[in-house]
Amino acid sequence: MDFIQVPSSYIFYLAAAITFVFLRDRTLRSVLLICVPIIALIQVWNLEIGNHHQVDFFNLQLELMRVDKLSKVFGLIFCLAAFLGNLYAWHVKDVVQQIATLVYTGSAIGAVFAGDLVSLFFYWEGTAIASVFLIWARRTEASYHTGMRYLLIQISSGVILLAGLAVQFHTTGSIAFEKMELSSLSSFLIFISFGIKCAFPLLHNWLQDSYPAATVTGTVILSSFTTKLAIYALARSFAGTEILIYIGAIMTLFPIFFAEIENDLRRVLAYSLNNQLGFMVVGIGVGTELALNGTASHAFAHILYKSLLFMSVGAVLFRTGTSKASELGGLYKTMPLSALCCLIGAASISAFPLFSGFVTKSLIMDATATEHYPVIWCVLVFASAGVLSHSGIKIPYFTFFAHDSGLRPKEAPINMLIAMFITSFLCVFLGVFPDTLYNILPYEVNYKPYTISHVISQLQLLCFALLAFTVIMKLGFHPPEIRAINLDSDWVYRKYLPSIMLRIINRLGSVNESTRSGLENKISSGEQILLNIFGPTANFARVFTNGVMILWIAVIFTGALAIVLF
Amino acid sequence: MEQVYLHFPILQVLIPLLLAPICVLVGRSTFSWLITFFGSVSSLVIAISLLHSVSDGSSISYHIGGWPPPIGIEYVVDSANAFLLVLVSGISTVVLLYARDQIKLEIDEENHTLFYTCYLLCLTGLLGVLITGDVFNVFVFLEISSLSTYVLVAQGAKRDKRALKAAFNYLIMGTVGATFFVIGVGFIYMATGTLNMFDIYERINDLESSRTVRASYAFIVIGMGLKLAMFPMHLWMPGAYTYAPTVVTTFLSATATKVSLYVLIRFTFSVFHFDFNFIEQVFKFLVMPLAIIAMFAMSFVAIFQKDIKRMLAYSSIAQIGYMLLGVSLLSSEGLTATFVNLFNHGITKATLFMSLGVLTLYSGKSFLSDVQGLGKKMPWISASFLIGGLSLVGIPGTAGFISKWLLVQATIEAGVPILALLIILSSLLAIVYIWKVIEHLYFMEPHSELASQKVSFRILIPLWILSISCLYWGFDTSLTVGTSDIAANNLFNNVIKLN
Repeated sequence: MDFIQVPSSYIFYLAAAITFVFLRDRTLRSVLLICVPIIALIQVWNLEIGNHHQVDFFNLQLELMRVDKLSKVFGLIFCLAAFLGNLYAWHVKDVVQQIATLVYTGSAIGAVFAGDLVSLFFYWEGTAIASVFLIWARRTEASYHTGMRYLLIQISSGVILLAGLAVQFHTTGSIAFEKMELSSLSSFLIFISFGIKCAFPLLHNWLQDSYPAATVTGTVILSSFTTKLAIYALARSFAGTEILIYIGAIMTLFPIFFAEIENDLRRVLAYSLNNQLGFMVVGIGVGTELALNGTASHAFAHILYKSLLFMSVGAVLFRTGTSKASELGGLYKTMPLSALCCLIGAASISAFPLFSGFVTKSLIMDATATEHYPVIWCVLVFASAGVLSHSGIKIPYFTFFAHDSGLRPKEAPINMLIAMFITSFLCVFLGVFPDTLYNILPYEVNYKPYTISHVISQLQLLCFALLAFTVIMKLGFHPPEIRAINLDSDWVYRKYLPSIMLRIINRLGSVNESTRSGLENKISSGEQILLNIFGPTANFARVFTNGVMILWIAVIFTGALAIVLF
Repeated sequence: MEQVYLHFPILQVLIPLLLAPICVLVGRSTFSWLITFFGSVSSLVIAISLLHSVSDGSSISYHIGGWPPPIGIEYVVDSANAFLLVLVSGISTVVLLYARDQIKLEIDEENHTLFYTCYLLCLTGLLGVLITGDVFNVFVFLEISSLSTYVLVAQGAKRDKRALKAAFNYLIMGTVGATFFVIGVGFIYMATGTLNMFDIYERINDLESSRTVRASYAFIVIGMGLKLAMFPMHLWMPGAYTYAPTVVTTFLSATATKVSLYVLIRFTFSVFHFDFNFIEQVFKFLVMPLAIIAMFAMSFVAIFQKDIKRMLAYSSIAQIGYMLLGVSLLSSEGLTATFVNLFNHGITKATLFMSLGVLTLYSGKSFLSDVQGLGKKMPWISASFLIGGLSLVGIPGTAGFISKWLLVQATIEAGVPILALLIILSSLLAIVYIWKVIEHLYFMEPHSELASQKVSFRILIPLWILSISCLYWGFDTSLTVGTSDIAANNLFNNVIKLN
């Protein structure tokens, strides 16, 4: 019984240590990587509600195993995602990636079960530091810089969390990780910290920057944890905070447009991920039982179908070496199974009835309707159409259909296929039997997704969106032209803006140059001064004769006597 | 068994003291190592059991020869000195575990026996200083430890002749310090007519205005200031630490200065009354400013050092600044912080010196360029240096963080937040010099002539015991902070509860 109460993160950390110290054999490592999430999954599944593991730290009591229904549902999906991701990454030989994956997933799961802000902070930084290795593992100059940017932002998020936690501890004496009101400085700092990780509008850039830069398998892992951890943290602390509704609504909207014009399909998926997070944030903002159920279940389903999409695009990248829409197309001929999985993922994210997205997104949509946010409801409907367009159609269409690129890659490796099949199965299974998911949600669900009005209205939406797409196609916006438009917009982002930037930078550069050289002079002269005072030959560090030392003693002693006697 | 247990306070000192001559008689390197190790381990066991029995805040009084104080000599164990007894004997044991291989390379075979003898005597002296409740006895044990230390430092002469000069300087300075101290003790005796600490405490109560008492405190502060390398009376220390054999440096850096600081604290709180006006003045106008200067100046000096051993020695002087700062707040929190710092800095510095010693085991030189690129060749040892370095800087999750944090809190409690700022600023300097070493270890190409050196498990085990304890005490603070809290409270309120 005791085993079951050990923090789940320990299991992952232990496995990471074992991998680091002992396992030289690649297969053994891959087996371990698959087994560990299964063990954790069994453990989490059998956990009872309650606080199981306390650690004393500095007169503070840390709760490392706070199990309630909300943390349990996130714990389960994290273990499941880790398993699928690791299965997908079976072929990876790179031990750095494997250890990083273990530490990263372990930290994410640990954070979910953390019952206080201090341990949350440790895990929070743990996810940041471990995950950056998945980006660096690509070992290119660009990925190094991207990784540095990513790390900077993630660590800042942790530091802001630490600041918030310190302020809270100082004012209230409590480090509890519980529901809070967005009214004090501490809660505001914590909110910002969560917001960075959750990719709130204007805080979101790290996401689209880093996810497409990671390795094929790394992106699959990355996409599951960091942002959903933030969703969990927000749901725990800021449920019912109204501003989140509007933040979420903007989050569902703006990535659509970026996703439409983006050429790199993994970046399209990153934008669409951002947009899906928006739905969950709206759910948290509404904050009713229905809405929170919606958020939790949507996160659950979203992790699965987003992984599936990243997996299928990743498989293509793995086989062809590119994930650019303009260079792909017609791959269904040689990669039919990957194409099928991609379609299932696309159907799920577009919320087709009988697929997982449908049964979870409706909860959030209905919550906004029943709580009387008609505008928000409309925004979400519009965003849903957008999702269909950029993720539901664009991803599979440009990858596997559209014009024939002439590429004839082999089907994805067997381990990738198995991982994709299991994920696809889960997507369909949840769509067909939503009650399995509803039963593990934080609150009781009295919701029937498959009513006539739901299905009809969703199908209307989807069919008209599809129709629109078809009409655009038939009217002569042929794929080559769309491709050209995409490249055009690429040009705007990659050439025009940089050239403006370059001009500004050049202008600034001359200013910079002069200040820099001035500063450098200052610094080096400052260093010289320090060296003169403290350097090896300076008075502070010289080797003295005993006479000098005695002199010093005399001086100090005289001083001490003077103080004491007068 | 019950009987033996009652005599633990004297056995604490007696075992290493009696083993020292046996060492000489045996005359064989391996045997004398075994004897020394045995003495050290039994001291550790006794120290732990003593700490255990006073962990509730009580104290043990032991009358030597059955003569009750103030006539006879009294040994007193309370949580303050029991805590340091554990530190000293613990560090000594770990150092000995690794000493054998290092000694073989650094000292001539025929001197090994005498080396171990001196080591045992040094240990005896340090333990005796801690445990005794008699002021003259403090002086005696201080001299036992100092005299043997001079010999130990001089043993570095096989590798570098400058060790002799360093030892000589140390001898002069140490003797001057001891003289100051004994003059101070003499003045106290003159004023109060007793040598028992707690008897003095009673009698000195209405002697605040006595010039003899006041002057005696000045003498003792200077005497101990020399021994604990209080800036600017630290000048013996960089040389001694740099040229002594690494084993000696490791042991001394973790214990000797700490013990002297303990004596200063003990005298301030248990012999004199810390609320005497002149004592407050000394701390306010002398100790605190010097501590702050040390924190900065010595860190800057460390930054510019090329020899890592010397760099760490200067860093020790800066760290002593933190400890003195904690004492000079004259508050219970400040004292707690200092006690935790004593312990945590002890293990941190021991880790650093020991891993440096192993890194430079074969080359014998400890310049920055000598460890260049060893991060890849000796990963376990470099990692342990890294851990020690992080702990020295005070990164969260290490022991060093705990002591810095407590010190910062104590300064804020005392109403001088500016000191907290200074502590943090000077910690940044520690990052600079530690980073220089890390940079050389991990980010530079190794010298081609350095072949990959195998290091035996006998060395790795004690090294990693220390490194892991650097991390462990960063998480589990129940022993360090808990005991220090009790110790500080007892000293602060001068509670001697006999059980």
